[in-house]
Amino acid sequence: METPDLDAIWLTLKLATVVTILLLIVGTPIAWWLARTRSAYKGMVGAVVALPLVLPPTVLGFYLLVAMGPNGPVGQLTQTLGLGLLPFTFPGLVIASVFYSLPFVVQPIQNAFEAIGERPLEVAATLRASPWDTFWSVAVPLARPGFLSGAILGFAHTVGEFGIVLMIGGNIPGKTRVVSVQIYDHVEALEYAQAHWLAGGMVIFSFLVLLALYTFNPARRQTA
Amino acid sequence: MSNAPHPTIAARLRLARPDFTLDVDLTLPGQGVTALFGHSGSGKTTCLRAIAGLERASEAYVAVGGEVWQDERRGVFLPPHRRALGMVFQEASLFPHLSVRANMEFGQKRASTATIGFRLPDVADMLGIGRLLDRQPAQLSGGERQRVAIARALLASPRILLMDEPLAALDLKRKLEILPYLERLHRELSIPVIYVSHAPDEVARLADHLVLLDAGRVVASGPLNDVLGRIDLPAAFADDAGVVIETMIAGHEPDQLTRLEFGGGTLFVSQLEEPVGTALRCRIHAKDVSLAMAPPGQTTILNCLEATVVEMAPTDTPGHLLVRLDACGENLLARITRRSADKLGIRPGQAVHAQVKSVALLA
Repeated sequence: METPDLDAIWLTLKLATVVTILLLIVGTPIAWWLARTRSAYKGMVGAVVALPLVLPPTVLGFYLLVAMGPNGPVGQLTQTLGLGLLPFTFPGLVIASVFYSLPFVVQPIQNAFEAIGERPLEVAATLRASPWDTFWSVAVPLARPGFLSGAILGFAHTVGEFGIVLMIGGNIPGKTRVVSVQIYDHVEALEYAQAHWLAGGMVIFSFLVLLALYTFNPARRQTA
Repeated sequence: MSNAPHPTIAARLRLARPDFTLDVDLTLPGQGVTALFGHSGSGKTTCLRAIAGLERASEAYVAVGGEVWQDERRGVFLPPHRRALGMVFQEASLFPHLSVRANMEFGQKRASTATIGFRLPDVADMLGIGRLLDRQPAQLSGGERQRVAIARALLASPRILLMDEPLAALDLKRKLEILPYLERLHRELSIPVIYVSHAPDEVARLADHLVLLDAGRVVASGPLNDVLGRIDLPAAFADDAGVVIETMIAGHEPDQLTRLEFGGGTLFVSQLEEPVGTALRCRIHAKDVSLAMAPPGQTTILNCLEATVVEMAPTDTPGHLLVRLDACGENLLARITRRSADKLGIRPGQAVHAQVKSVALLA
């Protein structure tokens, strides 16, 4: 395998790791709110979070590109803050990926929170645990399978993205060229052998991820 | 139990639901077991949850032991985790991710250190779960789980223990396994207990004070026997009419009978294993008591008490009357036909002989 391929693999893993960590931080409060709220906005927020499931990545990428571009609101802001522009940078890629993979993390965690039900939280309250305390000492441990699924799916989905990377990140070696784009380049250049190495690696990786998901996360444990 | 005056529990609650309204004004004793008894849908669980703060009643005043937990007129509402209570739910609801010991320590660690609470080994011993501490909740039987849940609630140093049908989810065998522990709590616990139940036997066995709820309202509230001895209760409660008496084993007879003494006289039951001097609660159903004007001579019924008729009222069974009797200060109820009453001329103030066909032992 050549250096550009290894760079692409390294960049992909770095991107997926950063995105997964951010998604757990951003997605958990959203999932908790969606699981617990009786607000009329629940449906709307849920639908917005789920949009990336149905939208072509190019559509999402296009709007993010416009928003983060020199004339977009986000772009204006980042320029004012002296951060420059986000498109075609690694941070820009991270932000786009967070949006794109959000439902894959929020939904398993939301389902896990919902499956806990009201009772354990009430029990914790009658045992002097504040809501914040209850969240960390009861809700999060009981929703652990959901967090595991969410993290694995978010990571794997980020590794597998292509369209949104092209829209936001372009194809800059070492900066935004991830494995999926590298495969595309190899195919364009008719370097099928190299393409095979990376593509085969992706198949094996994806299979192992799903295997882990189904092995470590069987039907919900029986609750006492 | 200490001799200090026990502060009372006040709960005035009004909570409207689409299908029913809870509207109660309760003053309960600050010690012993108060049973909230009613049929399903009577609002007893809602009442308990409102006291705990798990449901927010729109108009409410809740004070336990002089501490105001809720006073909506002054905008006071302590959330459940700031109320010093222990609650046991119908299902044990142990935290499945924690060991038995960690479950029990959950509330203990969070309870205010100012209150001197129970010690874990003592509570574990009292509930017979000492050897289960290192197990996981999934490895316990239903009865064991519920005992751990009770221990967990006690270790949070509550000022009051709320129990929402703690036996309802258990089969008969588990119930019988756990009842002795509840009786032990009843004897040894100095904090008041509010016990929600729809099982008359549990109430008769455990309660000191009884509140009858029907359709969200209090039908009767008072010491157990004052309420059980009433003959004017709605039909819904009349099926189980009967009183509970506190007796003591006075002797074991040679012919395999045990003699029980109580304020109203002497009763004989099948031989018991408990030693002389043991206190024993018994229940006498109104339908098991018949009346005679003269001391019955030629009868197989062994138990006969001298009593005076206090009052009479019709029951929901056509042609029947419920008669309240005073047997040397103890309440007794008898259910007889109107025809017999007319024939014998039974009326308030009359001395009668109450024949007791059967005595249900409760402990």
